Amino acid sequence: MHSIGLYIHFPFCLRKCNYCDFPSFQGMDEWITPYINALCRELQEWKGKLTDYRVQTIYLGGGTPTLIPAEQIAYVLNLCTSIFHVEDDAEITIEANPGTVSKEQLSVLKDSGVNRLSIGLQAWQERHLKTLGRIHRNKDLLYSVDFARDAGLYNISIDVMFGLPGQTVDEWLETLYRVCMLGIEHVSTYSLKVEEGTLLYTWLNRGLISLPTQEEDRSMYYRGRDYLHQHGLEQYEISNFAVPGRECIHNLIYWNNGEYIGFGSGAHSFFNKERFSNYKGIKKYIDAVMTGSKRTEFRERIDEVNERFETIMLGLRLVKGISKKSFMERFGRDIYYYYGEAIKKLEEKNLLIDDGRQIRLTTRGMDVQNTVLLEFMGLN
Amino acid sequence: MRQQKTRNFCIIAHIDHGKSTLADRLLEMTGALSEREMDVQVLDTMELERERGITIKAQAVRLVYKYKDGEEYILNLIDTPGHVDFTYEVSKSLAACEGALLVVDASQGIQAQTLANLYLALEQNLEIIPVINKIDLPGARPDWVKKQIEEVIGLDAEDAPLISAKNGIGIEAVLDSIIEKIPPPIGSDEAPLRALIFDSFYDNYRGVIAYIRVKEGTIKPGDRIMIMSNGKEFEVTDVGVFRPFLSPVQELRAGDVGYISAGIKSVRDTRVGDTITHANRPAGESLPGYKHMQPMVYCGIYPAEGAKYEDLREALEKLQLNDASLVFEPETSVALGFGFRCGFLGLLHMEIVQERLEREYDLDLVTTAPSVIYRVKKSNGELVEVSNPTNLPPPVEMEYIEEPKVSVQIISPNEYVGAIMELCQERRGEYKHMEYIESTRVLITYEMPLNEIIYDFFDALKSRTRGYASFDYEYIGYKKSDLVKLDILLSGEAVDALSTIVHKDKAYARGRAIAQKLKEVIPRQLFEVPIQAAIGNKIIARETIKALRKDVLAKCYGGDITRKRKLLEKQKEGKKRMRQIGSVEVPQEAFMAVLKIN
Repeated sequence: MHSIGLYIHFPFCLRKCNYCDFPSFQGMDEWITPYINALCRELQEWKGKLTDYRVQTIYLGGGTPTLIPAEQIAYVLNLCTSIFHVEDDAEITIEANPGTVSKEQLSVLKDSGVNRLSIGLQAWQERHLKTLGRIHRNKDLLYSVDFARDAGLYNISIDVMFGLPGQTVDEWLETLYRVCMLGIEHVSTYSLKVEEGTLLYTWLNRGLISLPTQEEDRSMYYRGRDYLHQHGLEQYEISNFAVPGRECIHNLIYWNNGEYIGFGSGAHSFFNKERFSNYKGIKKYIDAVMTGSKRTEFRERIDEVNERFETIMLGLRLVKGISKKSFMERFGRDIYYYYGEAIKKLEEKNLLIDDGRQIRLTTRGMDVQNTVLLEFMGLN
Repeated sequence: MRQQKTRNFCIIAHIDHGKSTLADRLLEMTGALSEREMDVQVLDTMELERERGITIKAQAVRLVYKYKDGEEYILNLIDTPGHVDFTYEVSKSLAACEGALLVVDASQGIQAQTLANLYLALEQNLEIIPVINKIDLPGARPDWVKKQIEEVIGLDAEDAPLISAKNGIGIEAVLDSIIEKIPPPIGSDEAPLRALIFDSFYDNYRGVIAYIRVKEGTIKPGDRIMIMSNGKEFEVTDVGVFRPFLSPVQELRAGDVGYISAGIKSVRDTRVGDTITHANRPAGESLPGYKHMQPMVYCGIYPAEGAKYEDLREALEKLQLNDASLVFEPETSVALGFGFRCGFLGLLHMEIVQERLEREYDLDLVTTAPSVIYRVKKSNGELVEVSNPTNLPPPVEMEYIEEPKVSVQIISPNEYVGAIMELCQERRGEYKHMEYIESTRVLITYEMPLNEIIYDFFDALKSRTRGYASFDYEYIGYKKSDLVKLDILLSGEAVDALSTIVHKDKAYARGRAIAQKLKEVIPRQLFEVPIQAAIGNKIIARETIKALRKDVLAKCYGGDITRKRKLLEKQKEGKKRMRQIGSVEVPQEAFMAVLKIN
């Protein structure tokens, strides 16, 4: 039996955030029911195809999945359990925005199997929430966490961002302080990346906002890392921190280059040496599923060269890095056989370490991971 | 008799005023090409010429037109290049004609760049026929243009044909006025042969095809000919005319325009402006004005990938077959590896060659900043010529340096005189002369170092005069100058390909500007990279490229691993195009960056 993760996408939002380039839309609420119907049909199509697999994680992402009535989510989860071999202790996460959850809703979700909540706070200060186009107020976070605890959810993660336009180190630390005060189990800290096509991108190009320099960005990163560490949240990935034992298992599947299947519009999968994704548009997706026509807008066969590279690319995001033994088991040869030259060169530059069992990045290497990865490219 | 029925003419026009379209209509009207053969703008044959809307090489075509007197006339149209780099070629094309059509856009009027060629035509005593084009466009003001032509150039424009080349209006009037106004050629068929070469190209099967205008005498297959500048002899295998495809005739006589082939192996032997005569009955004197054009501007051209060196050599050799002005020799750069130092007539010529190499030969190139040739008197008495700044001897070994000077003529509306003078002063120009050529137009003459005009002088002139000034220059010789070599160091190592020779007074400003520019162009590296500008051992400017602090993607977009991999692949591609200099990775633009500094 192999392990696999499921990702289920809910592309609905009350308002699209100014930095968001994910397939998520506002003002499409009347499509929720047809969408859930299509989603269920897509799930059913997989019936019998994953008999050799045990579902280790389910991740309900978005958009804002908590905009969907809890009963519908419960229905989807039930369907998963009836179709697939979902492990009893599977990690089942739902994403939420502060202020979009009620106590009752969370109880229903908890009863349907959800055991982890990931809350998108992004920033504490109202001015940053405004720039980012977030519609919640900072105190909404406190209620949301309280509700979750009351509902019996004891695995809570909060997403926060640094490197925001005009953000100071003190503001960043205040955000982390507020988060740590809540005694949660997991924190993701993302450095803001302004993607083409977003409102922030337009503002940036017009000079209406400016981003911190690389130096300022890193100083927030380092200070944040230290702060979280002092509060018992240990870094286990470039952007992720957890109380030991509370690492996000679903994301670990990605980073270990494991298999996962994405359901819903724009969802990505890696299965049977293929990567593919569904149509991003809600209507296009529903239409494709309901008419039984092609619903993938992208499909790529991953040959072994790419699989090896992707294993490196993802594995080096982890603080503990890549296990030499697992690499050998997966590809049949020692990692040095393929990447010896790159590893030696990077070790000389103090960007990477081989501690005997694991190959991992140094803290400096983490800052420039892309540059490090370029050394592994074009090699077999 | 035959001469009476021949007219040789060319077309002078500003870019976009419709020269090529008019040429096409003339071809069509006279049935030189069937409609099926009519490709748009037949005369501009190179892809590059069409794209840039300029003519690089001269072309010729023979038209047969039945005039209203019932007689057939032969009209030879010679198309001319249109850029200051090729002024000499233009003057030779003009010398092959008796008249010229001056095509002016009915809404825009005379533009500055037309004037230089027009004055060249007047110098050759050509009969000028003004033609007003695009009269069917809204905004056409033919009367205003006529008045302008009369006032600015002093030509009678009363009877100027009003045409639309695009829509075929008034083309007959143009043909009629060519016959009525342009004098037929003169010159005796019997005199010793003198034929002017106004272009040539290399054909894989027949060798060099030389475009000629027979001024005196007769030439036919079997004749033993001599090229007058070098005394080389050949036997004519073929003579013919342009219909517009090469078609053989029995002979070419005084007044005719056509081509010859004579088993000539290199266009170097048939340079533009040279005179062809008979070996056994040579003319006493060659035709006036032949100049062996020497390259004025040099730059290093390197393959982006070292492995393509041989491909680059082959491509240059092939281009040289058709371009007598292009010279090159192998050179090595510490920074760029193996490449060639290439010489050109001017900046446009350089750009054209670079573009053709990249496009027609699919080469990815790195080019260094252009340089002129300096003459150095060394302390040991030796005289050396330096076309690559890296090769300039150290200051202690030099007694003096000389640089080429040119006389620059600028024609402009008088309101821009201040701006022009300011520009010329900035470029180390020495004011010589100014005269009014009419009430609102002036001719300004400056003596300037060539190296001050090869970068972006023309662009600067255009922008400061809103495109109204025309400019031309003439080489006048070498003069001593206080020049220094400006070196650029990256992480303490001098980068030979970035060295330039500049006037001492400008070295500081330029060093600072280059260092700043490189700071913008060179991406951050894993370590800090100091950029220094130096004269000898003296550092005159310094900038620092900070070390790369952050180059990492925050997250994997919801399992979209492919997107992340593609981003990295793109980054890798960019890196591949960088040059490794010591431990610093330098993008190719950096080598041209020294150019883009004001």
